Amino acid sequence: MIQALLVMAGLALALGAALGAASVIFRTQGDPLVDKIDAILPQTQCGQCGFPGCKPYATAIAGGEADINQCPPGGDEGVRKLADLLGREFKPLNAEHGVEKPKSVAFIDEATCIGCTLCIQACPVDAIVGAAKQMHTIVAGLCTGCELCIAPCPADCITMEPVRETVESWKWRYPVFELKVEPPVTAPAREAA
Amino acid sequence: MYNSPFLRQKASVRRVMVTVLVAMLPAIAVQVWLFGIGLLLQLAIASAVALACEAGMLALRRRPVARALGDGSALVTAWLIAVCLPPLLPWWMIVLGTAFAIVIGKHLYGGLGQNPFNPAMLAYCVLIVSFPALMSQWPGLHGGDAAAQLHWIAGGERTLDAMTGATPLDALRTGLHGGGEVASVMQSAAVGPAFGHVAGAGWEWVALAWAAGGLLLLAMRIITWHIPVAFLGTLAAIAGLASAIDGAHFAGPAFHLLAGGSMLGAFFIATDPVSGATTPRGKLIFAAGIALIAWLIRSFGAYPDGIAFAVLLMNICVPLIDQKTQPPVFGHKLGKPDGGAK
Amino acid sequence: MLPRLFSFNGGVKPDPNKGDSTREPIARLPLPPQLVVPLHQHIGGTPRPLVGVGERVLRGQRVGGADGNVSSAVHAPTSGRVIAVESRLMPHASGLSAPAIVIEPDGEDRHVEREAFDWHAASPGEVRDFLRDAGVVGLGGAVFPSHLKLNPGKAGHTDTLVLNGAECEPFITCDDMLMRTEPEGILRGALIMKKMLAARQVLVGIEDNKPEAAAALKAAAAALGDTSLEVVVVPTRYPAGGAKQLIRVLTGIEVPHGSRSTDYGVQCFNVATSLAVFQALEQGEPLIRRIVTVAGNVERPRNFEVAIGTPIGFVFAHAGLKPDTDKLIMGGPMMGMPLPGVDAPVVKATNCLLASSAALFPPPEPELPCIRCGECARACPADLQPFELYWHSRSRNFGRAQEYHLFDCIECGCCAYVCPSHIPLVDYYRYAKSEIWARERDKDAADSARERFEFRNWRAEREKEEKAARLAARSAAKPAAAPAATDGAAPTADAAVDPKKALIEAAMARAKAQKEAVAAKNTAEPDAAQQAQIDEADARRARAAATPDSERTE
Repeated sequence: MIQALLVMAGLALALGAALGAASVIFRTQGDPLVDKIDAILPQTQCGQCGFPGCKPYATAIAGGEADINQCPPGGDEGVRKLADLLGREFKPLNAEHGVEKPKSVAFIDEATCIGCTLCIQACPVDAIVGAAKQMHTIVAGLCTGCELCIAPCPADCITMEPVRETVESWKWRYPVFELKVEPPVTAPAREAA
Repeated sequence: MYNSPFLRQKASVRRVMVTVLVAMLPAIAVQVWLFGIGLLLQLAIASAVALACEAGMLALRRRPVARALGDGSALVTAWLIAVCLPPLLPWWMIVLGTAFAIVIGKHLYGGLGQNPFNPAMLAYCVLIVSFPALMSQWPGLHGGDAAAQLHWIAGGERTLDAMTGATPLDALRTGLHGGGEVASVMQSAAVGPAFGHVAGAGWEWVALAWAAGGLLLLAMRIITWHIPVAFLGTLAAIAGLASAIDGAHFAGPAFHLLAGGSMLGAFFIATDPVSGATTPRGKLIFAAGIALIAWLIRSFGAYPDGIAFAVLLMNICVPLIDQKTQPPVFGHKLGKPDGGAK
Repeated sequence: MLPRLFSFNGGVKPDPNKGDSTREPIARLPLPPQLVVPLHQHIGGTPRPLVGVGERVLRGQRVGGADGNVSSAVHAPTSGRVIAVESRLMPHASGLSAPAIVIEPDGEDRHVEREAFDWHAASPGEVRDFLRDAGVVGLGGAVFPSHLKLNPGKAGHTDTLVLNGAECEPFITCDDMLMRTEPEGILRGALIMKKMLAARQVLVGIEDNKPEAAAALKAAAAALGDTSLEVVVVPTRYPAGGAKQLIRVLTGIEVPHGSRSTDYGVQCFNVATSLAVFQALEQGEPLIRRIVTVAGNVERPRNFEVAIGTPIGFVFAHAGLKPDTDKLIMGGPMMGMPLPGVDAPVVKATNCLLASSAALFPPPEPELPCIRCGECARACPADLQPFELYWHSRSRNFGRAQEYHLFDCIECGCCAYVCPSHIPLVDYYRYAKSEIWARERDKDAADSARERFEFRNWRAEREKEEKAARLAARSAAKPAAAPAATDGAAPTADAAVDPKKALIEAAMARAKAQKEAVAAKNTAEPDAAQQAQIDEADARRARAAATPDSERTE
C-alpha cells in the first residue's frame, strides 16, 4: 500500500518537475496565436475591422474580443483560413465592416494635389512620398489599398484605381472539369427565362 | 480553349478495360470447359446488373451516363465478380454481389477512380460472409448437365453433393482439419481428380489460363511486372518455407500458385490500379502483403480462399504505402553524379 | 572515342513531323510595315525604354536597356521611326498587352555604328555585360539571359559545356536548319562560351533524326580542329531536348530543380544561342533576328529568318495559312501556347509558329476520371508522380502538391500525352504553380506592409515621446505657452481660427486657380454643371472638416 503510494507520488513529482522544466525550456516569446492570426490577415492596415491595424485585430481575435468576419480585404477566403486555424465555423463577412472589393491602389491626381501632407500622415504603410507644398505621389507597389488617405485629403484628389492584371501577374485559370452535367433545363423554364 | 500538349496518344480508359476483358477470355473458356455453361449465364447476369447499376448511379450523380458507361469499367468489375464466384450460385446472389460492388463499393465513394477498395473483392467478401455454405459449392469437374446447372442458377432446389465438389483448397483444409496430412489428402478423392494432373482436366488449367491472360496484359503494357512477380514470388517463398519446415501440414508452392485464385489475383485483382499501390516499390510491398495474408488465411483461416480478404486488407494500407514509397525525383536521387545505365 | 551515353526515365515518342519544313532552305522574311518590339522578352526585369515617339532608330540600336543585371536589352531590328511606345498584344497565353516599341521601317536598314569590342582582351564581367546589352538570351524557348549562365561559379571552372541541338519537339526544325547552315558560327560561339566557363569539353547533343545537322557540325568541328569539341548523336525521345534531360543523357549528371548546373560542373546552351553569342561578340550584331519554323496547317511549311517584332500574321501570310486553321500556336505541339491573335509579334522565344486544324490536332476528348493507371508516372522524364500532383492541384491542396515536387515539373506534356482519361494534366500544374506564385507575391506584399506599418508606429511613438520631452522642457521654462498647444489639437469647425486650416484653404485656392488655368485651355469658362460640382466638392470638404476623425473611416 505504502509502496504504491510512494511510487505514485514519486511519479507525480517526477512528471511535475519535467513539465515545469519544459515550460521553462520551451517558453514561447510573445503570443504565437496572435502571430498566426496576424499572418493570415492581409496587412492592409485599413482599420475597417474597428481596430487600429491588423495586429491589434489579431490580438483582439486571440483574446476573444472580436469575431473572425470583420476583415473585408481578407474576404471570405480570409475568414475561412481564420476559421480553420481557430477551429471555428465559417461565417460570411460582416457587412457592417464593409464588403470585399477587388484589390485597388490609391492614385493622386497630381494636378489637384496641394501638397498638404495630410495623406502622408494618414497612410499606415508609408506608401506616399512628398513633402509640404510639394506634389505627393503614391508608390503603387507599396499601397495596400486601405483608403485611409481619401478622407483626410482636402482637395479630393485621391481616387482608388483597381489593380489591373499584367502579363507577369496573370494566373492560369482552373481547368474546366466537365465531368458533371448540369441538370437539364426544362422547356417551360427556358421559355420563362 | 485548350492548351498544350496538343498532341495526344491514342489511348483511352475504354481501350484499357476492353484489353482486360479480352485477357479474361482464355480463363473463362477453360472454366466453362471444366465447370459447365453456368458461368456464361452468370457473366450475362453480372454484366446486365453492373451496367444497370452504373447507369442508375451516374444519372443520380448527374454525370454524363453514356460517356462514363462506355469506359467499360463496370463490365470489368462484373466479369471479375462472375469468374470468382462458384458458377452455380442462384441468380439473386450474383445480382446482390454485383449491385453491392457498383453501388456501394464504387459509386458511394465517388465513382471510377475514387474507390479505396477493389469492388469485385468487396462483392466476394460480402457474399462469402453472408452465405458461406453456398459460396463453397463449386461444381465437380465436368459436373452436371447444362439443364441442371440452369435450374440451380434459376434458384431451383439444390441437391448437395449431386453435382458439387469442394475446391482443392477447401478439400485440403477439411482434410488437414480431419487429422490428415498433405500427402494423403492430395491423393484423396476430393483433391486428386481436381488438381495436380497438368495434362488432365483440373484446376491448374484455370490457373494457367489466368496466367496466359495476365501475360497478355503485361505485353500490352496494361499492368507492370511488379505486382504479379511480387505476389507469386512471395506466395511461393512462404509456401516453400512452410512446407520445408512442416511438409505434413503445409502444402507446397506449386499447390499454392496453381490452386484457388492465385493467378487470377496476381494478374487481374491485385493489379487494379484504382485501389492498389501505384509506386514501383509500393506495388512490391502491396503484392507481397497480399500474398502473405492470403497464405495465412489459407493455412490457418476458416475460408476457402484468402485472396479477397487479403486484397481488401492491403487496400487499406495503400495510401500509407504510396506515401512512404515515393520514387526519388529527377535530380534528387542519392549518389547524384553518375550511376546511370546505358 | 565514342562517349558513353546515359538515359533518362520516361519520355514519349510522338511522330516527329519534321520533314515538311526542312525541304526548303531558310528564307529571309521581308520586313513588315510595322515592327512591334516588346520590351520584356526574357526572364528577369523589364527593360526601360530608351527611345521616344518620333525618334529615328537604326538597325541594332538599343531601344530598351536592361533593368538591373537579371535582365537583358532589346534592339531595333531595322532602321526606321518609332511611332509608338505603348502596350501591345503579347504572344502570351494570357492574351494581355505589355509595353512595346512600335517601329515603322524606313526600308534603308541602316546599321548603327558597331561598337568595337575585343572580347579576348575584356574581363569576363565585361563580356557578360556586353552580352546583356546585346540582348542575348536563351533561344530554345526559355529566354533566360545568357550572360547570367556564362559564369563558372564558385569553382572557377566547369567540366562540360553542353550545346543543345536535340530539338526534340515535333514540327520544330529551326535549330536543325540552323545547324545545317551555320555550323561554324555555332561552334565558334561554343568555343567563346567554353573559354568564359573555363570548361574542359564541349558536347553537342543532336537527336539521331537529324543526320544532316550532325554531319554538318562534325565537318565544321573537324575543320576547326579543336579536339575538345564533340558532336554526339543521341536517341530520339521526347523530351531529350530538355536542358536537364540532355545533360543527363550526355554526362549522366542530374541537375536538381532550383540548383545551378554550374555547381555540377555543366552548363547547357541552345545552338541558336551559341550562334547569337558568336554574332554579338565577333560581328557586333545584337539579337534582332531569329530562325522561326512555320509549320502545321500551312501551304508552304518552311524556316524563316524573321526580324524580332514582326507580327505573327505577317509571317503566316508568307507561308500560306490554310483556310481551315482553327488556332495558331507559338512553339511546338507539346509545349507551345495558343496565340491570342495574329497581331502579336515574333519574340526572342518564338522558335516555331504552328497552325492548327481539327484534323492535325483534334480537340481533346472529354475528360474522364483518373484511374491511377500510372501511365503518366512511367512517361514523366522528371520521375514525378503526375497523378498525385493532379490530385492535389485539382483539390487546390497546393502545399501537398509542392511536397510531391510540383516545381520539378518541366511542363513537357508527356503525362497528358499518354493519359487514357484525357485529363489536361499540365493545365492543372500550370494553374497550381501560378496560384502558388500569386500567393507568395501576396504574402511578400503583406509582410512588407506589416514591416512598414510597425516601423511607422514605432516612429510615431518616438516622435510623440520626443514631442512630450520638448514640451516638458519648454513648459518648465515658459508655463504660459501650454494651453495654446492643446487647443490647436482639438478639432474645430471654424477653419478661420485655425492657422493650419487657413493655410490649407489658401493652398486650395491656389490649386483651384491653377486648375482653372489648365482647364481654360479646353473650355472657355466653367459651365453651370462644373460650377455645381465645384460647389458640391467645397461643401463636402467643409463637412469632412467638421467630422471628427473617429467617424471618418469610410
